[in-house]
Amino acid sequence: MEAYIRSTGNISPQHTAAPHQFLNTITEYESISLNCIEPDYKDYINPVMARRMGRIIKMGVAAARICLKDSGIDVPDAIITGTGLGCIEDTEKFLISILENDERLLPPTSFIQSTHNTVSAQIALELKCNGYNYTYVHRTLSFESALLDALIQFAEKEAKTILLGAADEITPNSIAITSRFGMWKQKPLNNLDLYNTIGKGSIAGEGAAFFLLIDEYRNGDMAKVIGVSTLFDPDGSLNLNNEIRQFIRENGLAPNDIDLVIYGNNGDIRYDSVYDHIRNHALKGIPAAFYKHLCGEYFTSGSFALWLASKIISTQTIPDTVLRDMEPPGTINNILIYNQYRKIDHSFILVSKC
Amino acid sequence: MTNRVFITGIGIISAVGNNVVQVLHSLRNSISGIGDITLLDTVYKNILPIAEVKLTNDQLIKMSGTPHPLKHSRTSLLALIAAREAIQNAGLNMKDNFRTGLISATSVGGMDKSEQFYRDFYKDHSKGRLAMIVNHECADSTEKIAAELGINRFVSTISTACSSSANSLMFGARLIKNNILDRVIAGGTDAVTRFTLNGFNSLMILDKDGCKPFDEHRNGLTLGEGAGFLVIESEEVVQRTGKKVLAELTGYGNACDAFHQTASSPEGNGAYLAMKKALEVSGFNPDQIDYINVHGTGTQNNDLSEGKAIERIFGTKIPPFSSTKAFTGHTLGAAGGIEAVLSVLSINHELIFPNLNFSQQMKELPFKPVTHLMTHVKLRNVLSNSFGFGGNNTALIISKA
Repeated sequence: MEAYIRSTGNISPQHTAAPHQFLNTITEYESISLNCIEPDYKDYINPVMARRMGRIIKMGVAAARICLKDSGIDVPDAIITGTGLGCIEDTEKFLISILENDERLLPPTSFIQSTHNTVSAQIALELKCNGYNYTYVHRTLSFESALLDALIQFAEKEAKTILLGAADEITPNSIAITSRFGMWKQKPLNNLDLYNTIGKGSIAGEGAAFFLLIDEYRNGDMAKVIGVSTLFDPDGSLNLNNEIRQFIRENGLAPNDIDLVIYGNNGDIRYDSVYDHIRNHALKGIPAAFYKHLCGEYFTSGSFALWLASKIISTQTIPDTVLRDMEPPGTINNILIYNQYRKIDHSFILVSKC
Repeated sequence: MTNRVFITGIGIISAVGNNVVQVLHSLRNSISGIGDITLLDTVYKNILPIAEVKLTNDQLIKMSGTPHPLKHSRTSLLALIAAREAIQNAGLNMKDNFRTGLISATSVGGMDKSEQFYRDFYKDHSKGRLAMIVNHECADSTEKIAAELGINRFVSTISTACSSSANSLMFGARLIKNNILDRVIAGGTDAVTRFTLNGFNSLMILDKDGCKPFDEHRNGLTLGEGAGFLVIESEEVVQRTGKKVLAELTGYGNACDAFHQTASSPEGNGAYLAMKKALEVSGFNPDQIDYINVHGTGTQNNDLSEGKAIERIFGTKIPPFSSTKAFTGHTLGAAGGIEAVLSVLSINHELIFPNLNFSQQMKELPFKPVTHLMTHVKLRNVLSNSFGFGGNNTALIISKA
């Protein structure tokens, strides 16, 4: 199974929305949460439509538009998305509206937009795309489930072009709740110090990233995805070193074929040890990159990692800000992305040079 | 891609029964689950009818046999009960070496607890018991039931509004056909919540008298709750274990109406494309479909749009059809799973369930649903439709094994 990445659109807490920028300037924050640098939406969405849309919907639709603009594809055969929490701003609005109005005379807009597949549906509506339309909502495996589905669609010859994407948003309420869970650092910190601030918690993030995938190579494609795997391990019974080795082997490679590993380290001492263990065993000696200091931790941050991998392969450059330890090799042929959530949900993605 | 996908187990809980036997009894005897609100805390008690599972969370905890009673939302408890029944029905040994996955679906996840949390939280962010909000994510119930049922490695959750669990069955079938898994427990779950009741009420599409699908005077849907799960297995697993097969999942199709966020197109474009695709995948002609378990919510818009789409597919030879939503209510993310279970029961018991509450044919359609229980009907193939917000339309074809 494989899919070629034709183009990308990425709205994130960094200046990634402009298509020909590749982390040329890094935006620093002094915070426990990183919000997206949003583009001027009127470049991408009819202002009358945009006024009604929730923020995550605007981010998703704009990221999809940016992605399609450079792809040479107007309407994809399918749209497949992932979101960990969906449209939480509208969900909160409707929840509060129920309470404040004692369930009476409620405006329906926030309820309509609270549905988890709204981003995917709004993109279909904008593009008049009648094709297959799915939304996966499984925590850190949401985007990776969507990617798996896309690869199967190509294997089945059900589609030639697929718009794959992910979106998650932060709201003040969601930060208030997740802070009480101890998910974030206690005090604001500089995002570039994320891995040096030892302790519990990470920094929250958000983003919307889209990819135009095609079934056969065309001139100018950025990279190709050759495999994805998701693993649910509720009781810690899986041997992750073996799982990673097997995943690499099943995709026709050996660990020493991997030129760079993008790890999901997020600065939380409770969970980063999982990555470190893999880095010291199954993937020992392979150059490492981290990305969550740029976009924060959120359920679909794997989409930011795939964007990063695509850009690294297509430009054959690794921005200093992501590279962790060793000098990278001359040519970057294969990148492995490993992300996990609370040692329970794990995912691997293999991205290769076309 | 030669692999066939067989249904080997079914499990259900809904307003018309807490298991397959009870549900079948209600459907045979035209006993509807729609009635006054008894459990949900809302100002619409005695004003709006719903189709509740008439068990408190404590009773559901007992029935589910969970060793972690405090960890579950109502959504999760309903799922656990139905999924466990499906696994028992299929006689699964979860310790065998077949690659087994769980794909669940839900529209609002643990919203039943989140909305309780919000009562305290929204005025003071330090208030609200965190135990009430940990269940919020859609994946929460999936992971909890997977862990309790002994499923690891492969889990996923789909949320595409009211087509969610039809989509989880479709994704499960494709994973099996593409040799990624051998066996999938697939379906969906949703508890009734103030959030969804008020949401549909704000859209003014709840019928105060209970839904009347495909009736000229239909006036909206009736909200329901429940869960429906099916065990689907590859041809190879079925052959190697020599197990009894209930039915075959032969066709599936998903398409997007791309017309409006909540309304369906007048000509039923998405519905038409989904049914057409499901027929293509199954290799059947329309005249091989013997019964349609329609989406049939009872809203003005859905039934007209779905009816037009059915007419476009079947022409003048419309197969017998009925909506079972006047029994179960509209169970949102669970509807596709619940109606797939009912389709299996239709085939195995040679029954076509009646479309309750019907009195007058719609003037726009030259056909009407089945209104009385039909028995001894040999059904080769049943088409089951599930349509959702965002124009998300899915059709499944379930066939006699």
